[in-house]
Amino acid sequence: MRALDLKLFRDLWAMRGQVLAIAAVIMGGVATLVMSLSTYDSLVITRDRFYRDYRFADAFVNLKRAPESVAARLAAIPGVERVETRVRAGVKLEVAGFTDPITGLLFSLPDGTEPLLNTLHFKRGRWVQPDNTDEVVVSDTFADAHRLNPGDKISAIINGKRKQLTIVGVAVSPEYVYQIAPGSMFPDFKRYGVLWMGRNALGAAYGMKGAFNNATLSLTPGTPVQEVIDRMDALLGTYGGTGAYARKDQFSNRFINEELNQLQITATIFPAIFLGVAAFLLNVVVGRLVALQREQIAILKAFGYSGLAIGGHYVKLVMLLVLLGVAGGVALGAWFGQGLSNVYMETTFRFPYLDYRLETGVILIALAVSAVAAVSGTLFAVHRAIRLTPAEGMRAETPALYRATVFERIGLQRWFTQPTRMILRNIERRPVKSLLTVFGIACACGLMMVGNYQKGAIDFMVDVQFRQASREDLAVTFIEPTGSRALHELQALPGVRHVEGFRDVPAILRFQHYSYRSAVYGIQPEGELHRSLNAALQPIRVPPDGVVLTEHLAREILHVKPGDLLTVEVLEGSRPVRQVPVLGITQQYLGVSAYMQQDSLNALLREGNVVSGAYLDLDPGMESTVYAELHKRPRVLGMIANAAAVRSFYDTIGEFVLFYNMVATLLAGSIGFGVVYNSARLALSERGRELASLRVLGFTHGEIAYILLGELGLLTLIAIPLGFLVGVGLCGILVLAFTNDLYRLPLIIEPSNYALGATVVVISALVSGLLVWYRLGRLDLVAVLKTRE
Amino acid sequence: MGGISRFAAGTVSAGDVHRYEPAAAGGRVFSARGLTKVYKMGEVEVPALRGIDLELVAGELVVLLGPSGSGKSTLLNILGGLDTPTSGEVWYLDHQLTGATENDLTRFRREHVGFVFQFYNLIPSLTARENVAAVTEIATAPMRPEEALQMVGLGDRLDHFPAQMSGGEQQRVAIARAIAKKPAVLLCDEPTGALDSQTGVVVLEALENANRTLGTLTVLITHNAGIADMANRVIRLSDGHIVDIRTNATRKAARELSW
Repeated sequence: MRALDLKLFRDLWAMRGQVLAIAAVIMGGVATLVMSLSTYDSLVITRDRFYRDYRFADAFVNLKRAPESVAARLAAIPGVERVETRVRAGVKLEVAGFTDPITGLLFSLPDGTEPLLNTLHFKRGRWVQPDNTDEVVVSDTFADAHRLNPGDKISAIINGKRKQLTIVGVAVSPEYVYQIAPGSMFPDFKRYGVLWMGRNALGAAYGMKGAFNNATLSLTPGTPVQEVIDRMDALLGTYGGTGAYARKDQFSNRFINEELNQLQITATIFPAIFLGVAAFLLNVVVGRLVALQREQIAILKAFGYSGLAIGGHYVKLVMLLVLLGVAGGVALGAWFGQGLSNVYMETTFRFPYLDYRLETGVILIALAVSAVAAVSGTLFAVHRAIRLTPAEGMRAETPALYRATVFERIGLQRWFTQPTRMILRNIERRPVKSLLTVFGIACACGLMMVGNYQKGAIDFMVDVQFRQASREDLAVTFIEPTGSRALHELQALPGVRHVEGFRDVPAILRFQHYSYRSAVYGIQPEGELHRSLNAALQPIRVPPDGVVLTEHLAREILHVKPGDLLTVEVLEGSRPVRQVPVLGITQQYLGVSAYMQQDSLNALLREGNVVSGAYLDLDPGMESTVYAELHKRPRVLGMIANAAAVRSFYDTIGEFVLFYNMVATLLAGSIGFGVVYNSARLALSERGRELASLRVLGFTHGEIAYILLGELGLLTLIAIPLGFLVGVGLCGILVLAFTNDLYRLPLIIEPSNYALGATVVVISALVSGLLVWYRLGRLDLVAVLKTRE
Repeated sequence: MGGISRFAAGTVSAGDVHRYEPAAAGGRVFSARGLTKVYKMGEVEVPALRGIDLELVAGELVVLLGPSGSGKSTLLNILGGLDTPTSGEVWYLDHQLTGATENDLTRFRREHVGFVFQFYNLIPSLTARENVAAVTEIATAPMRPEEALQMVGLGDRLDHFPAQMSGGEQQRVAIARAIAKKPAVLLCDEPTGALDSQTGVVVLEALENANRTLGTLTVLITHNAGIADMANRVIRLSDGHIVDIRTNATRKAARELSW
């Protein structure tokens, strides 16, 4: 091995503590990068494979009813490859021993053959027999939540008639990788299920013999989707089509894509922070190394080593460190990635399998990004080594110039002991380094806060959504719009305290060239249960004869402001198209909506006092009685109980929150420790001589530790409030980045989150401090007296 | 509990170190018996002291003379509580230094010893006045930093940082720092080693002045025989042994020295 390379390894070994601390920071960055990118890759590969193998459709449409013959006309649309018509029925379900309302979506399966599109992956059991009318396949989430297996029986109320069904299979569908009940805010595997039964059996039960009310299409590659969708809408309008939509707008698929977007953002923001901090640390550490090795560099140059060889030597040193960090980071990232993928699989996405992949490309990206960050961080120091002339290097460096600090200049000096003055002057003499140290520590605090931000934000969203906006105990939907007399009937039920009817209608909202497919909700202007909130989250009265839009829908999607005229294309009944003025903006974190007064919406639809459903306020303890009563009513299609939804949501996110907390703590800890420990070791290296001198003069171990650790303590204290700002800023970036029409995160950070951020910083500072304290006890007092620095 | 009383436990009755009066002129301050020091450098053992017996008395100015490697710095470091002998005993007044704990030695240095080093070892971030104050702040009955700096002729450089002073000035700040706590002992390791002879004389004058006016036992290491003439006694070391102790009948003033 070449002598210079030997020196390299020995230098690295001599500063192994710092090497490890910096490698840990690089490791943190690489781990987040690898975790996010590998999970991203894995989900994309799994999704694509699952979609392909199980023939996920390209276009979807729901309609009221069309004869089977219409299928051929759909197939005749240019670019359409396959058409599958289905019967789709909203049902109420009963599982023995479970009293809460369960809603379900029941799809038909072609008799005797596998579906052409959206076919099922069986986890257990088999397809239904064509001649058997009571067999059913259930989604795995629902089956798992209720521990149902082939052979078990459940009841379904289809079209008002109770039917006993036997489960023959448990399956996963590409259409329902992410499952959420219509109108619900969160997945609730216990209270919502997707089921499949034979076409004949379902057609008979649902009154759809020889007809269909749902169609899915696959297209030949290269077909413009929008054209097909327009033709589908034109064709199905007369059959009560509610607007065809493409795969990109399919709910489950969209949710997966949003989640993938988040992973990409995570893969950018967090590694950038880590590697930025690592670059700074390398800059100070290599800078110090070059300063310490001035004479060695000079001698090597005097012997004939070129500046390039010397520069290369230090770059190599940095690269070794990077390699160490990347190796650790890839391993940790792969572990995190597998963990995250598993959490996704268990809580969010129901892919039948997950191919966890760590592509070589990801490792190369990690290596390249870290190398660029590290080398650019050390360029200045390495340049200094290259530039140093031998003669200059042999001379001692000019002594550091200090001056009284700003605190002393304004007359506070009499309050400071000499050690305190030393602390202040050291900080002030290297303001950039001190600032970057503070910033590095602040990043640790900020990262910790980001890791724990989600929980607080979700708590807040839930509170706004369920305690201020949707305050009903139960939302009931009817099979079809119904006269308001139904409300009196509900009001009369024992256990029902208050009833508010609502009308909702699917519609496409258009303004200029912007459009959005949604629903218009007609609610009660004086409603107590279901309310619109303003920006300050105070309930507002929806004004008559106009529409109030969720802020995100108004500003980001439709680009309308109050006073503009919105075109509403109703997708129900006679499908009227109307101009409606926008009268206000409402704040809402989950989904986006358009609200009107129910009367105004009825008027817009040229119908009487008609409701689609009702919000109910129940007497505590009477829930089961009401559920049971409603369950029996054929005209009640679905029931959503908020409290239960919230509970089950918390169960599912619990794992996510735990996982992110673990990752955040590990990473924030590593960055905090890396920065503080390196600063401390560097200070020790720079000032070991003066501290040893003070020891000789009779200062105790504690007194010199005060000088060194006091500086770090002060920087850490300054860093904590700055860290809060960094945390808020990072959460703000997340809020902006994760804003979409499915949900928007509120920028709400709980006090406990600030405390957690500060705690991680303080603990990593204390650990570094302890290590340095131990080193201070081993200062060589004699050597320091005999050497000039 | 007083620091030094602890390391002396068992040999001396209790009592706080602060209450010990400085030894009267001519009284014994240090006594060393059979001192040896062996440095282990890996597998090699390097003897630095090979059996030193020595007594140093209050108020005298002693020069330790010898070539490099003769053991003079090791001896000084052991007297100053910076190093411990491999065998033998060292007594400061009636306290045994050998076997004392780290804390007690720190206390000993803090209360009783002033150090002056070849490379000054000033704190670069503190001014002259503050460098002295750093020590007076932790001493029991020190003089004011300004007073100490006056004594070494730097009354007009109080607020200069080390980087703004010449080597001679820096060394005089170091002397002021050493004497400001009115130590019983002043230990100087090659105080003029890094200075030219003219500047060196100014520094020696400051030491001489402190020795005379404060009656501090001053031990001065040098390999420069020319300096020996200012001492009461000259102890010559070679290869870890004391080879000669000479008492100067007449001391030369520092300003008369040249080398």
